[in-house]
Amino acid sequence: MDIKWNEILITGDPLILGSQIAIVLTVIAIVGGLTYFKKWGWLWREWLTTVDHKKIGIMYILSGVLMFFRGGIDGLLMKAQTARPEMNFLDAQHYNEIFTTHGVIMILFMAMPFLIGLMNVVVPLQIGARDVAFPQLNALSFWLFFSGAMLFNISFVVGGSPDAGWTSYFPLAGKEFSPGVGNNYYAIALQIAGLGTLMTGINFIVTILKMRTKGMTLIKMPMFTWTTLITSIIIVAAFPIFTVALALMTFDRLYGTHFFTLSSGGSDMLWANLFWLWGHPEVYIVILPAFGIFSEVIATFSRKSLFGYKSMVVSIVGIALLSLLVWVHHFFTMDAGPAVNSVFSITTMLIAVPTGVKIFNWLFTMRKGRIKFTTAMLWALGFIPNFVIGGVTGVMLGMAAADYQYHNTLFLVAHFHYVLIPGVVFAVFAGLYYWWPKMFGFMLNEKLGKYHFWLFVIGFNITFMPMFFLGLQGAVRRAYTYSAESGFAPLFLVSAIGSIILALGFAVFCYNIYWSFRYAKRNVSSDPWDARTLEWATASPVQFYNFAVLPEVKEIDAFWHMKKRNSGLVLKEEEIQEIHMPSNSGLPFYMAVVFGITGFFLVFEWHMAAAVAAIGIVIGLIIRSFDYDDGYHVPVEEIKNIESKWRKVEGGVKHHVG
Amino acid sequence: MEYKTNSKYPISHIIGFFLSLLLTFAAVFVALEAQLSFTIVMWIIGSLAVLQAGLQLFMFMHVTEGEDGKTNIINMAYSAFVAIVIVAGSVWVLTSGHAAH
Repeated sequence: MDIKWNEILITGDPLILGSQIAIVLTVIAIVGGLTYFKKWGWLWREWLTTVDHKKIGIMYILSGVLMFFRGGIDGLLMKAQTARPEMNFLDAQHYNEIFTTHGVIMILFMAMPFLIGLMNVVVPLQIGARDVAFPQLNALSFWLFFSGAMLFNISFVVGGSPDAGWTSYFPLAGKEFSPGVGNNYYAIALQIAGLGTLMTGINFIVTILKMRTKGMTLIKMPMFTWTTLITSIIIVAAFPIFTVALALMTFDRLYGTHFFTLSSGGSDMLWANLFWLWGHPEVYIVILPAFGIFSEVIATFSRKSLFGYKSMVVSIVGIALLSLLVWVHHFFTMDAGPAVNSVFSITTMLIAVPTGVKIFNWLFTMRKGRIKFTTAMLWALGFIPNFVIGGVTGVMLGMAAADYQYHNTLFLVAHFHYVLIPGVVFAVFAGLYYWWPKMFGFMLNEKLGKYHFWLFVIGFNITFMPMFFLGLQGAVRRAYTYSAESGFAPLFLVSAIGSIILALGFAVFCYNIYWSFRYAKRNVSSDPWDARTLEWATASPVQFYNFAVLPEVKEIDAFWHMKKRNSGLVLKEEEIQEIHMPSNSGLPFYMAVVFGITGFFLVFEWHMAAAVAAIGIVIGLIIRSFDYDDGYHVPVEEIKNIESKWRKVEGGVKHHVG
Repeated sequence: MEYKTNSKYPISHIIGFFLSLLLTFAAVFVALEAQLSFTIVMWIIGSLAVLQAGLQLFMFMHVTEGEDGKTNIINMAYSAFVAIVIVAGSVWVLTSGHAAH
């Protein structure tokens, strides 16, 4: 084994040296802090080994915030580099690495964990269950995701980042043209994180189909649960394609096979084809839960039940089917022929139909409603016009003939930021402001929330609107600089200024979390928004067993009607029974560690070391198969104790609808 | 799993059995007796095999029965849809372009 230490640790760039110092200081601060406050045991018992869906959800969301920061810094660096023509802030290689990691991190390590985090916290509560179907598998999902994300993130200081774009097109991403370890990180880190996502998909399908409380038929489920179900089905259909594609990529890069190479009969187009066969459904995997969040928020703050519930369900299912039929629109210009391009143009434009149905359903939900302009509702309101701009430009791009003009320009970049930021990021913020009291027992500050909203939305539009026009004038994407004669400079400068406002918005959000954690009033009721669905029928923060007695559902918006009829809200002591709960386990965390180590060795192509580390994975599997722990029972006395605490607090469950 | 056929005459099993026999012998005949080219023989017996697999799913394996009957059908239809889209779609996209010729 030939280890070249000088190639492992990246040196010579002041920006990267700064990051290395910052990473070392942060690690010292965390380890020192945990030791000083004697929190190691607490961390292990309460978080690292937990199988509680709410805590796993919070860990997902925390990772999402961290990754948003990382991906956001990447974005700011790109904006700084292109603020003026012929800038020398980043060189071409560094710029390539940064737009690659920005894309991968924002989609897979920011959007996905934010949404999966909210799904974890909310879905079991919405269907009146005590946990997901497979709690320990859920923990394993999180830890594998986290392991993959961390492996991907260390690339920029250890060995070099991937630099072939988030799509990693061959032949560029192959060994021949990218000999460094950067693209090995892409192949292996995404594989590990993808395993976790696939398990999440399976877990949530089973949870939603099998663990709904009494009376909750499919057609009475809250809309967020519906979108989670359909998302999980798309995950199970689409992620295996990515798994296979990444495995073939790994073989090509590590073991010299020729699946995607130009030589020896490989097909570089096959990579693009497989990537987008997964990649387009992936877009819907992140957008559908977001649609679910908007549905919940808009219905709650319009104080009406969702307009067109059934058409909403039909359009989600329609979008799910169509999502598998449009992938070629990502490479119209790769010359697949007029018949192929025409068919995929039509399927692409068809997607606008169910999406339009949903937009009108939200508008009609608000019509004649008594709208409350909370921060969560502002995000939902801001979403509609901004997302429509993204959607309409998407239809423009979807016309194959016109796409020859737009493709590979900043017009495309502006389009997908207009879809993904209002569609996913606004939704995540709406969901966080809305469900924050359910997770933590206090609300995020509404005034700071409104600063956050306005700075973010204005900054977002100033950043990305100019990119439409730059793209139409011919500015290409992924170019690290441009000449002064091109005339692009003014709009690029406007865009860079916008990105600072956008970043300020995010900073206000982080400050809001800090402020609210320190100062927000803890005495909020379990139902502060006067909401409609079952997650609000229990304590805030939710007790570990979720419901003392599982609720019974008679109609859509079950909790709203329980409040209206004043039934099912009071706990009768004689109904309380022992509750069976799953035990904590350190195994998922252990698996993340061994997967991370094995992955790291594979990235550097130290095959013997990787083989030895992989034995650790097998040992973990063996330990799991001899695990006969059936969980434990919570005694009735303890349940009574916990219930009496929150039910007697002033402002507990409201007994009537205002 | 509960089977509803306990009390009544298992008519669907018998039809399924004879249809399976018929399809099997048809395949044997095509393979051994009919004077056809290898490709055509493969296509015919392949189609007969798929038909028989479908037949047995309904006649013997009770996909439509039990509490998960509907789910099973949806699962199989969706899996078939996904598989056809991925395989046939990829072949079509990758072979129809100018670059492939």
